[in-house]
Formats: sequence, C-alpha cells, structure tokens
Amino acid sequence: MIAAASQPFMLTHVWIVPGLMALSFLIILFFGKRFSERVTSGIGIFFIAVCFALACVSVVNWVQRINHPVADTSADEALVTQPDGAPAPIAGQSDAEAIIGANRGPVEAAATEAAKVGESTTTGAEPAAVTEPAAVTEHGAESEHEAKASPIVTRWTWFGWGDIKFEFGFIADGLSILLLFTVTAISLLVHIYSKEYLHGDVRFTHYYAFLSMFSAAMLFFVTSSNTIQMLIGWELVGVCSFVLIGHWWEEKDNSDAAVKAFLTNRVGDVGLIVGVVITFYAAGATSFNVLHINQYALSPGANQTLLLVGGLCLFAGVTSKSGQFPLHTWLPDAMAGPTPVSALIHAATMVVAGVYLIARLYSVFYEGLNIGENFVNYIAVIGGITIVGGALLAFVQTDIKKVLAYSTISQLGYMVMALGVGAWTGAIFHLFTHAFFKACLFLGAGSVSHAAHHTFDMRKMGGLRKFMPATFATFIIGTIALMGIFPFAGFWSKDEVLAGSLDGQQQPYTFMLVLGIVGAAMTCLYMSRLIYLTFYGDYRGHGTPHESPKVITIPLWILAIGAIVLGFLNLPNLFKIGEIDYTTRFEHFVEPTFAFPEINHAEFNVGLAVGTTVVAAVAIFLAYQYFWLRKSPFLGVRDKVGAFAWGYKVLDNKYYLDHLYTDIIVGGVKGPIARASYWFNNQVIDTVVNSAGQGAAATGRVVYTQVDQKVIDGLVLSTGTGADESGEALRHMQTGRVQQYAALLFAGVAVLAIILVIFV
Amino acid sequence: MILNQFLMLAAILFCTGVYGVLARRNGVMVLMSVELILNAVNINLVAFGAYHSSLGGGLDVSGQVFALFVIAIAAAEVGVGLALVLMLYRNSRSIDVDDIDLMKG
Repeated sequence: MIAAASQPFMLTHVWIVPGLMALSFLIILFFGKRFSERVTSGIGIFFIAVCFALACVSVVNWVQRINHPVADTSADEALVTQPDGAPAPIAGQSDAEAIIGANRGPVEAAATEAAKVGESTTTGAEPAAVTEPAAVTEHGAESEHEAKASPIVTRWTWFGWGDIKFEFGFIADGLSILLLFTVTAISLLVHIYSKEYLHGDVRFTHYYAFLSMFSAAMLFFVTSSNTIQMLIGWELVGVCSFVLIGHWWEEKDNSDAAVKAFLTNRVGDVGLIVGVVITFYAAGATSFNVLHINQYALSPGANQTLLLVGGLCLFAGVTSKSGQFPLHTWLPDAMAGPTPVSALIHAATMVVAGVYLIARLYSVFYEGLNIGENFVNYIAVIGGITIVGGALLAFVQTDIKKVLAYSTISQLGYMVMALGVGAWTGAIFHLFTHAFFKACLFLGAGSVSHAAHHTFDMRKMGGLRKFMPATFATFIIGTIALMGIFPFAGFWSKDEVLAGSLDGQQQPYTFMLVLGIVGAAMTCLYMSRLIYLTFYGDYRGHGTPHESPKVITIPLWILAIGAIVLGFLNLPNLFKIGEIDYTTRFEHFVEPTFAFPEINHAEFNVGLAVGTTVVAAVAIFLAYQYFWLRKSPFLGVRDKVGAFAWGYKVLDNKYYLDHLYTDIIVGGVKGPIARASYWFNNQVIDTVVNSAGQGAAATGRVVYTQVDQKVIDGLVLSTGTGADESGEALRHMQTGRVQQYAALLFAGVAVLAIILVIFV
Repeated sequence: MILNQFLMLAAILFCTGVYGVLARRNGVMVLMSVELILNAVNINLVAFGAYHSSLGGGLDVSGQVFALFVIAIAAAEVGVGLALVLMLYRNSRSIDVDDIDLMKG
C-alpha cells in the first residue's frame, strides 16, 4: 500500500496484535488436548511474546512519530473536517481506499496534494488507513508551531446504507499503544507464571486457551476505533473473566462468584449500550467512530444534555466493569479465580477497561459533566467514594487476595476520580503504574499461597519473609509503590492525581483532594496490616513453606523493577536539569492532541508531595505501633468503643450491599413477583392451554368423522367406482373392427363439417 | 376460371374412397380406397392453387407443392399398408379386415 508506506507498519496494522492472540486461542482450543502442558503453555507464551515484541515496536514507532511529526507530513493528505464535527468523509465510494489525513494544517496543501489521493488509492482488500486530521486542520494558522502527531485510524467499511457507514477499524494513538504495551507485558508475565502455578491442573488447556482469548479481547478492545467494536471487546473480556473466575467451578462458591461477576457486569452493560446509542445519535447518527464523537462533543453546537445523559449511561458501564461504588461487589468475589487471572484480569487490565473507556471518550465526559468549570461532579464523587469505601473494606478482610481486591477497587477509584477532576494524564499514568505494581502484588500473593499450601487466609500465614525472601522483597517493593512512597512508581502517579485535584480546572476539587489523601493514608494502613500478617510474626499454618521456583519469582522481579522505575516516565518539570527532555514524557507521548479538551495540567506541588508523604509516614508509623510493637492506643478499640464495633460490623458485612442486592432487590423480585407469576401461570395460562387442547381434540373428532370419512374418503372412492363403471360402459365401443372405427371417424368429421358450415 | 367441376370431381372421388374404406372387406381394396381419398384431396389442392393464381398476383405454386408432398407420403403409406397386409396374410391366410378383431374390448 503506497500511502501506508509513509506510516510505520505497526501503527497501521495494530490489529495484528489481537489477531495473533485470537489465533493462539484457536490453536490451543482445537489442538490443545493433544499437546502436553509444556507445549500448550509454550504456544501461549510464544504468541504473547510475539505480541509483546510487536507492541514494543509500535511504542517505538509512536515515539518516533511524536518526536518527528514533520517527517511524514510530505506524504500526508489533508482530510478537511466539517466544522460542525460531522464525520470526515471516507473518501471515494470504495471501502478500499487509502487516505492519510494530515497532521498539519494548511488547507491549501490539501489542494496541491489532492492528486496524490488517486495515486495512493489501491485496489484489493487493503485497509483504508485514515489519519484523522488534527485540530490544526481547522485552524490552519496554528499548524506551524504546534505540529503534533494525530491518531492513525485504519478502517474498513463494515456495512452501511445511505450516509451511514458502519466501520470496522483500529486506532493507534498514545492511549491505545500504551494499553497495548501494558496488556501484552502483564499478560506475557502472567502466561509464564501460570505455567508453574497451574501445573497439573485438570483444565490446563482450557485455562491457557481462555488466557489467550482474554488477551485477544482486551487488545481488541483497546485498539478499537469505534464504540460498537469497543462494546464487542468489552463483552468479550467480560465473558473471559466469567470463564476464568469459574475455572474451578466444581466448588459452588467459585461458580457463584463467576455468575455474580457476570450478572453485576450486565447491570452496567445495559447502561453502556444505551450510552453508545445516545452518543451515536448525539453525534449526528452517522458514525460510531470515537474521534467523531469526541469531535462532536467539543464542537460549539453540541447538545450538553445529550452528552450528560450519554456520559452517565456510559459511566454505568464503567461503574460495573471498573468496580466503582456501588457495583464493586463482584470484584472481591472474583478472587475465586486462579491468582494469575486475578493479577491479569482483575487488577491490571480488564478492570481498567472502564477507565480506558472514559479516557477514550473523554470529550464526552468533559463536556457532558462540565468538568472544566465545576468543583464537584458525579464521576469525581463516585471515584472519591470508591477510594475511601474500598480502602475501608480492605481492613477487615482476612483473605490476602481480598485485601488486594479492595485495594484495586480503591486504586480504580483514584483513576476515575482523576478523570472526574480533569487530570487525564494522572489517571492514565496511575493506570499504567498500578497495572505493574498491583500485578506484582497479586502474583506475590499467588506465590505465597503456592508455597503455603494453597491458602489465601492470612491467619494461616505469618513469618513468611524468612522462607521466601524473593517473594518478600518483591512484595515489599510492590507495597511501597502502592503506598505511594517516594520515589516508587505509585508516588509519581498518585501525586499527579492529587495535584490534579488540588489545581482542578478553573476551580480546585478540594473535596476530592481530601478523599484522595485519606485514601492514601488508609492504603498505607491496610497494606502494613497485610505485610505484618503475611510476612512477620510466627508461621501459623502447617507444614514448612518454601520459596517458589524461578518461573514464578522472575516475573515477580520484572514487575517489581517496573514498580520502581516506571514512575520516572512522567517526572514533573521541576526535576528538569539541563537540555535533555526527560520530564513529562508520558504526558507528551500519551495525551491525545486531536478532539481532546483543553485540560489544565497540574504542576508538581512540593507542599502537597511532602504533605502526602508525611501522612503516609504517620500512617505507617501507626500501623507499626499497632502491629509490630503492640503498643498502640488503638489496640482493642473495637471492644471498647461502640462506634468502632458498629463500624467493624458494617465493614464486615461490606456495607450490606450484598444483602441489598441479594435479599432486598433479588429477593423482592423473587418473592411476590414469582408468586404472582406462578398464580398467573396456574390460573390463566394453564386454563388457556388446557382449553386450547380440549378444543383441538373436539375439532379433530368432528373433522375425522365428518370431513375425513365422508367428504374426502367419499371423493376418493367415487373416483374409483366412477372410473370402473364408465370403463365397463365404454368397453363395448371397442369392437376391434377397423372399418367401424373409420366409420365413426368419418361420421365425426361429417358432424364437424356440418357445424362448420352452419355456424361459421 | 371455373372451380366447380374440379370440386365436384374431387367430391365424387372422395365419396367413392370413403365408401371403399368402409364397405370393402379386402384389405388391399381398403388401401386403394385410401389412395382415392388422398387423390381427391390432391385435386382440390391443385385446383385451389390454380384458382388462386388466376385471381391475379402471380403464379401460386403452393397447392402443387402440397400435392407433391401428399403423393410422396401416400406412396410411403401404401408401402407400409401393403407390408401390413402381407404380414396379415402370412399369419392368418386371409386379408379380410373383418377377421381381424384381436383388439376387441
């Protein structure tokens, strides 16, 4: 493809990455049973490793594209966008055309280069690589000093009628490539780790097949260029999550957890579907393309009410998928799945799909919820509540994975809150760092359980630091990163979120800042508790724990290193020394430049950073006093102060949300409505059915005696006898004498002749 | 041109032929009577053709052409008929058509 030659291959062909994983899924699914565990896991690891390599290539390509945006303008074609935000036309009528949109402005350039469109048009089923024009297309004058790379959209027309074209496409921009990298990296490590963790499992093949399918679906989701495709990916990851949570479905609890996860997600998915439809119609009912929807949201004529309703509907999907209050209840139960699955799906990737969705359609949320001008909004409040609510629940759990699950909910709250206050980069940066350190913690928990006789109950652990030093070291690194202690990854990303809340857009989001800081302090407390119960004190289980093999500890170390260094990707400008551009690289490479609201980038605030660090240090000190020294004034406070006992009870029952859902909502539906429908069934439907049956039987009898026996049989019999009798009568005419026949013939002719003469 | 005599002759021939076919018992005579009928038709065809030509508009030979076809087909027909009569004679030593009533119902 001529036109694509000017674009890096991996940016126009990002679909290869999910495609490879889908292939891996099919191979393992259909042939896996014939292979040994070694071969099955080998196939999965091979494919995900290739995908990881391709993701790295696309990262490099994207970085180059951002750093040298001028290099590819010569081959680009300007695709002038309608000012009202209507979709840029897919040039020509064919769906196999290649247009490269310009990332530069001058409209006159479009005219001079228009001839090249013809050249770049190829035949065959080549995809149409369309780069959406950057905003500069509409403001030509800005193009010279603001040459930023625009997203590359590769799209095909799926089907369409009239002006409406449903397209099928893939997007390559900073956000999708970041997710591509993150998902393949974590997935690769989880694939490797699972080889040992699931060793000897009855459904090893099945496990690897669905691990591959999950990776494919997630990668498909993050590279989708339109909301319909995102919906497909969203549901596919949900199905994989369901299957993998219920991996050991023989135990009722596990299959219940899988069903709960699936059904809770369905609640939000309804909102998501409605939101997709609303945004589609809002943006002129011509395109599902996310860039067009964003463009519409930013256009001056956008209908703010539609955007608000659409945004809130989409946010319902986010609430369930990303474990936001009050639909977070499925996530802790999802820990019933194998630990690597928890690390990959329920900590690092799938649960951030909701965050990704908001980030992808950020203009819709930004304009719809008026993030820029408010000091409080729905998304930020839900995020804030989730931070504190999730963190509080983490205190009362005895299952190590459930503590981490509530921690994940709390951290997802940070991301959603950051998006709610307009700190887009902070949210995505936190998503990125969190994926690594939380995967590290989950895999560490898996390693602990693997060593300590497959229990996740912290009451049966303790003192493990002596038995498993590698796991302990990596776990501590992950914990420090999660607590947000300088200079680990979590510090930088969490600080960016908090600084974003402090600065806000036009007004500070003070309430969110307070929730964020309280959440940070509580994170330190419950993680200290977890560390104490698991790794300190005396071993309370049975048998002798042992360190896990290298195939488990090496992924842990890689993730731990990530948890240390990845924060430096977005160093604040304050740390800039010398000429080399090494600060705010993450923001520079990942933040969209096209159809993206003008958000305020909060600057690093030394006071805030020191303040949060002090809060964290105090929290850790309190925890140290409480658990390690056993000298805290809070010891036994639950028995002494009524409020604490009550609070504990509320937390132990998870805010009674499960009771609300199961007993009140589901029970309410099940009780009276089920009885009513039973009565209706017995009295009305059965009567109708019975009388219909009796009526049919009576009619049948009448039809048999009257119609069948008399009319039809009569007809059949009379046909037979009629033929018989007429044959008998006519028999005598056939004498066998030729001359008689001839006489009849001539007589007939004579009669005809007479008729002819008389009547004609 | 006067057509009547030709038509009268043809009618007489036709009636003779019909009588022969219906009344004669000898198979050969029946065949010969069939020939009389056919030739009555031939006379009609030729006569009408000539009459049509005499009305103006040039010579019309289609009646003669039909007659030639009829002659040719009559020859073939009489060949088949005589062969049948011969086979009849060989089987039953008789050519009386009244004797052949094997197809009597």
